[in-house]
Amino acid sequence: MRAFGQILKIETKLYLRDFAAPLVTVALPLALLLVFGLIPAGRQPEAQFGDLSFIQYFAPSLLVITLAMTGVNILPTVLATYRERGVLRRLATTPASPGALLAAQLVISLVTILISALLLVVVGRLAFDVPLPRRPLGFTLALVLGTASLLALGLLVAAAARTAKAAQALAVPLFLVVMFFGGVYVPRFLLPDVLVRMGDYTPPGVQALLDAWTGTSPRPLHLAIMAAVALLAGTAAAKMFRWE
Amino acid sequence: MPVIEVTNLHKRYGDLVAVDDVTFTVEGGEIFGILGPNGAGKTTTVECVAGLRVPDGGGVSVLGLDPRRDAAPLRERVGVQLQESQLPDRLRVGEALDLYASFYRDPADPGELIDRLGLGAKRGTPYKKLSGGQKQRLSIALALVGNPEIAILDELTTGLDPQARRDTWGLIEQVRDSGVTIILVTHFMEEAERLCDRIAVIDRGRVVALDSPAGLVSRVAPEQRVRFRPSAPVDDQLFTDLPEVTAVQRTGGHLVVTGTGELLHAVTSVLARNQIVVADLRLEQSTLDDAFVELTGHRTTD
Repeated sequence: MRAFGQILKIETKLYLRDFAAPLVTVALPLALLLVFGLIPAGRQPEAQFGDLSFIQYFAPSLLVITLAMTGVNILPTVLATYRERGVLRRLATTPASPGALLAAQLVISLVTILISALLLVVVGRLAFDVPLPRRPLGFTLALVLGTASLLALGLLVAAAARTAKAAQALAVPLFLVVMFFGGVYVPRFLLPDVLVRMGDYTPPGVQALLDAWTGTSPRPLHLAIMAAVALLAGTAAAKMFRWE
Repeated sequence: MPVIEVTNLHKRYGDLVAVDDVTFTVEGGEIFGILGPNGAGKTTTVECVAGLRVPDGGGVSVLGLDPRRDAAPLRERVGVQLQESQLPDRLRVGEALDLYASFYRDPADPGELIDRLGLGAKRGTPYKKLSGGQKQRLSIALALVGNPEIAILDELTTGLDPQARRDTWGLIEQVRDSGVTIILVTHFMEEAERLCDRIAVIDRGRVVALDSPAGLVSRVAPEQRVRFRPSAPVDDQLFTDLPEVTAVQRTGGHLVVTGTGELLHAVTSVLARNQIVVADLRLEQSTLDDAFVELTGHRTTD
């Protein structure tokens, strides 16, 4: 336990020292919220967004940025790099377990996602009158399952790839798919209906987040898909993961 | 008192037999070398000793414990420096030592260790900015920070420049003098000759010889070579007629006379009798390198 605490402390320092990581996971979504929020038209309710303002409609996609960056980009790359460079192997020769390092990375991912979600919700509320999630429980559930599904996919990538390069080769397409269907590149109202529907079932489940944020209960099927992805990818990752 | 006993160790990866049949014991307080060409099974052998791999056959006992069953207590008592094991780029020297010290029940003082390894000025330097020699010294420091009774050091000086290599050797001797038993895996003859009390020569997964460096050298034919550059043309026959001489070779302007016994005396007598002046006269005797070639049938890679 003491070793885990020390590893978590050092890994957090290293995460923050790698300036780019907190920048893309926390600062970027927040900056986009501020940019769109400061455009007056972004705050007007529009019929095409179901009487939501654009930032209200787009906020879940900003959360997708944090989730995708953390889950299927940074986490697998860091873990694959640590394995490739023998960091995990060296830990295995000490009384500390490499499992402690994996756990520390997961804690950092979760805390990053939590901070970003809180910032988006609170800043949206205070600065631009975006209502707080109207279904707090459903929102929490959608966020937890969405997070779990992407972290599990990230772990699967880290397990399947032998090197950091291979991890990137697997993670980048996955990352692009998640970002695209999460409505980050093109807001979803501009996408054909079939792509929007596909997005509903693509982790982390942007529609479930939007529903719970704006007052509809997230659909059980959407949540069930995320839970299934988390379970399957997580199990496969646990089976395939190698420390060296 | 042996601290490590390896008996008929066998380990395969699929169809590839990495370690066929390896047996040796390591005594407390010695530097025990494991020498062999690349792919001979050296690393696999020490990985089994360190408990990182499960042998397919044979026994390993370290400090009276089984590396697999008693992994936890052994990790407290055995420090390992793995081949090509790096650290995160942004991790600083002091942070790495403090972190690894926190894993052990009774660690060494990280600050003191840093000074002892000559990294005192590099405490705040990130891993990425260290030179090859400094990275290697940090790696040794991490293997020693738990105050181990045994240190396993794999390919310690590969990739280091000659000066850094010599500095590292001095360090290893210091560590041994402080009472730590050391297993040193290497494919450098000079390193093995300088540091090791005993050496196991491993080739194709088997121990082909186990002796002190001097003992290994004495096993090969006690052949000597006298090499020189004659000032005027010399007839080979002058030397081949001598009973001590077994062969005469010419390479460039040099003559190499190979033989046994009082070879040097015999050769110089002939030269003096025939009033031949020579330059670059050198006597070469068998080295560990020769012993290695004779034992394994091939040279090391470098």
